Amino acid sequence: MTSNILEMRDITKEFPGVKALQNVNLNVARGEVHAICGENGAGKSTLMKVLSGVYPHGTYTGDIVFEGETLALSSIRDSEAKGIVIIHQELALSPYLSIAENIFLNNEIKGAFGLIDWAKTNREAQALLARVGLREKATTKIMDIGVGKQQLVEIAKALSKEVKLLILDEPTAALNDEDSDHLLELIMSLKAEGMTSIIISHKLNEIKKISDSVTVIRDGKTIETMDRDSITEDRIIKDMVGRDLEHRYPDHTPNLGEEILRVEDWTAYHPQDTTRVVVDNVNLNVRRGEIVGIAGLMGAGRTEFAMSLFGRSYGAKVSGRVFKEGKEIRMRNVTEAIDNGLAYVTEDRKNYGLNLIEDIKRNISMASLKKLETAGLINDGEEFKVANEYRKSMNIKAPNVLAKTGKLSGGNQQKVVLSKWIYSDPDVLILDEPTRGIDVGAKYEIYTIINKLAAEGKGIIVISSELPELLGICDRIYALSEGRITGEVPIEEASPEVLIKYMTMESPR
Amino acid sequence: MTNTDIRPGGGPTGTEQIGPPTNRFTAMLSHVLADLGKNGIFIALVVVIALFGVLTGGILLRPQNISNLIVQNGYILVLAIGMVLVIVAGHIDLSVGSVAAFVGAISGVFAVRLGMEWWIAILLSLLVGAIVGAWQGFWIAYVGIPAFIVTLAGMLIFRGAALIVLGSSNIGSFPDAYRALGNGFIELAPIGKGANTFDLVTLAAGALAIIGLVVQQLRTRVGRQKYGQDVEPLGFFIGKLVLVSAGIAFLAYSLAGAKGIPVTLIILGVLVLIYTTVANRTVFGRHVFAIGGNRHAAELSGIKTRSVDFWLFVNMGVLAAIAGVIFTARLNIAGPQAGEGFELEAISAAFIGGAAVQGGVGTISGAIIGGFIIGVLNNGMSILGIGSDWQQAVKGLVLLLAVAFDVFNKRRSGGR
Repeated sequence: MTSNILEMRDITKEFPGVKALQNVNLNVARGEVHAICGENGAGKSTLMKVLSGVYPHGTYTGDIVFEGETLALSSIRDSEAKGIVIIHQELALSPYLSIAENIFLNNEIKGAFGLIDWAKTNREAQALLARVGLREKATTKIMDIGVGKQQLVEIAKALSKEVKLLILDEPTAALNDEDSDHLLELIMSLKAEGMTSIIISHKLNEIKKISDSVTVIRDGKTIETMDRDSITEDRIIKDMVGRDLEHRYPDHTPNLGEEILRVEDWTAYHPQDTTRVVVDNVNLNVRRGEIVGIAGLMGAGRTEFAMSLFGRSYGAKVSGRVFKEGKEIRMRNVTEAIDNGLAYVTEDRKNYGLNLIEDIKRNISMASLKKLETAGLINDGEEFKVANEYRKSMNIKAPNVLAKTGKLSGGNQQKVVLSKWIYSDPDVLILDEPTRGIDVGAKYEIYTIINKLAAEGKGIIVISSELPELLGICDRIYALSEGRITGEVPIEEASPEVLIKYMTMESPR
Repeated sequence: MTNTDIRPGGGPTGTEQIGPPTNRFTAMLSHVLADLGKNGIFIALVVVIALFGVLTGGILLRPQNISNLIVQNGYILVLAIGMVLVIVAGHIDLSVGSVAAFVGAISGVFAVRLGMEWWIAILLSLLVGAIVGAWQGFWIAYVGIPAFIVTLAGMLIFRGAALIVLGSSNIGSFPDAYRALGNGFIELAPIGKGANTFDLVTLAAGALAIIGLVVQQLRTRVGRQKYGQDVEPLGFFIGKLVLVSAGIAFLAYSLAGAKGIPVTLIILGVLVLIYTTVANRTVFGRHVFAIGGNRHAAELSGIKTRSVDFWLFVNMGVLAAIAGVIFTARLNIAGPQAGEGFELEAISAAFIGGAAVQGGVGTISGAIIGGFIIGVLNNGMSILGIGSDWQQAVKGLVLLLAVAFDVFNKRRSGGR
């Protein structure tokens, strides 16, 4: 198998309590474009981190053979020295530096006395930009060019390092169609020059267009590798989702009531790039007692929709109408959203949900202090009592409510956040990735809580990247793609295949 | 990849159970350690007092000196109260010294040049302080300019404004009632004669303070027990109470033997009570801590962070005005040099008192004790005849060590 530039053999990577990768095999032929597919959390990124030295040799088992040599990488620097360069989804560029400075960051071209040779730096950067087809001056600052062009700068940076294997993690997730097409063309032209690339992508049509082979990973295992002739979207989808869904979700019999929330023509633009639509004319509704799911890939605009709705916490030029129980309501800030009976449990618990240096009690009361106020003073005893009741009813595992939330496990932190919002007594709860980073047992508890809230007649919107989760707990699922609702599926008709089809659907523009 | 869902089946729900201590000894030990962290600053004050008490051959602890200590540091402590709240919210205020000078000058115009009633002059001066605070709060909260920059500008602006108001001269002297704020003492029932005078009212006030403290502490303890909260071992609780009571008794005894209760101390006491309540028991206070702990989470919990920031600086402006008035009253003169370096002493007091640089943590009582530590250092070193060059250096070192101790202590307890 000398034609393979890379062979990863029996890679197994464990985190405490979790096998993230299990005997994964990946063979990449010289000069091909190899796609890797899998659901969020399937292990794609872990595999790429092993390959690029983020997880150094010795923290995993198995062999990496690159150009016939078994590698023992201990850092990203090592892998780059071998010619393996990874471009992450979150671009690693410094906005205030020029394109040329970014390209040669930590790889500066030095002249006399060890000083940077700017003339040569800019000249070489300009040549690299020509190679990736970016018509910008090398001295332009990164902040002055769009995301699409920044992606090209990243590739130019990779090329400056004499890359032999280029890894692109979701390269088109944040790009518009034109920029995506340009990027895909660039990958093809690099291939014509003999470059080997690995592309991680959710966009199946793209994969089909440019890749020579596809490897699907699910639950940390390689399912299969297809060659160009046998790639079909259906086959990829089937490989991606084929997992056992039983007994991971509590039973839920919906008892649907009146419509409690309706959103019409909800549109929001990117806060910095105000010409980019992030949430595009979204229409949806929720009934009392109903659990509605929003499925969508990374970058589809799920969180952006929820946050723009919740008191315009996100986005610019937010427009659209919201009706609660048939009456139009206005939510210009979070306080008004809470007053109107909305609650939003954020996807990023640690940065947006909790005050980690504060105790359980004060976190739970944070959104409802007014309730505890008598004659201008907060009733300490009552606050303690309330928090303690939630600790018991939500089964928050902590010695007492004075424990700092920063010391709790993910599942218990999430229960604190849920307690905070349940105590605010909302009618509609928007739960954004409610079980992210939580172990299986605690997940089950969270689902039970969600069911209970629905049974009490609240309307629930669940945003999740995990399709099995949505299929396991929702009554109806909307699919979101590129900011638009591309499908609405009642649970009886929902399947991963159907949802992924909608989620990867490109809206006509 | 942080998702853990790929493990099929149950598995333990991972928690970091902090189990109950296994026996009495470890229970005691953990209390001692936790207390060192919580009350370390108090112990530090006791150590500093004891140290200088010995070094100065007891001069530091003489009644007259104790009385001076309070009067000389009152205005810094008033500033420290506001500063600790500003720091908890994640800001800083470098302008308080200049604002104090500016308001002092303005109050001189009102009370001396215009000859207003003393209390009208003071109320108007506080209003000016509030307006100054609103000005700075506007730029910080609604324009979004970092407090460091806005108050650095304010430091220059209001120093300049003080000079403009004063022209080339100082303003003095002030009416007696005004002067009492900085120099006055309440001595209602003195007994004895000459150097051996004792004021009974001062002693009674001290006794009342001790009773109040004991009752309040007992109520808190009983309340906590009722809700099943952990309380410190009884011996500990009593020991601490006795120690603090002894401190108060000594203070009352000293003041009774000097000139009685300083008016500044009464103002300070009232402010401490009010602001401790505001910090712990009001929605506004809680919002300040929530913002300092995690601004995003606070915003997404419906807290109007801008409004809180704004009022925080209005409040700081008023407290700076009070400090300015007390200082002016004490010197009986409004001069252009007033308040120089106050901001640094107030900020040091807050940090020595355990406020966290990243915000979210800090107490009024800590800031007050921190302020006293600085005060005792100033006073003690002055008595020893140490020059201001060395005084500066020592105070700087103390600030550094105090914060380093705090950081170390947090790491040990596994906090952030």
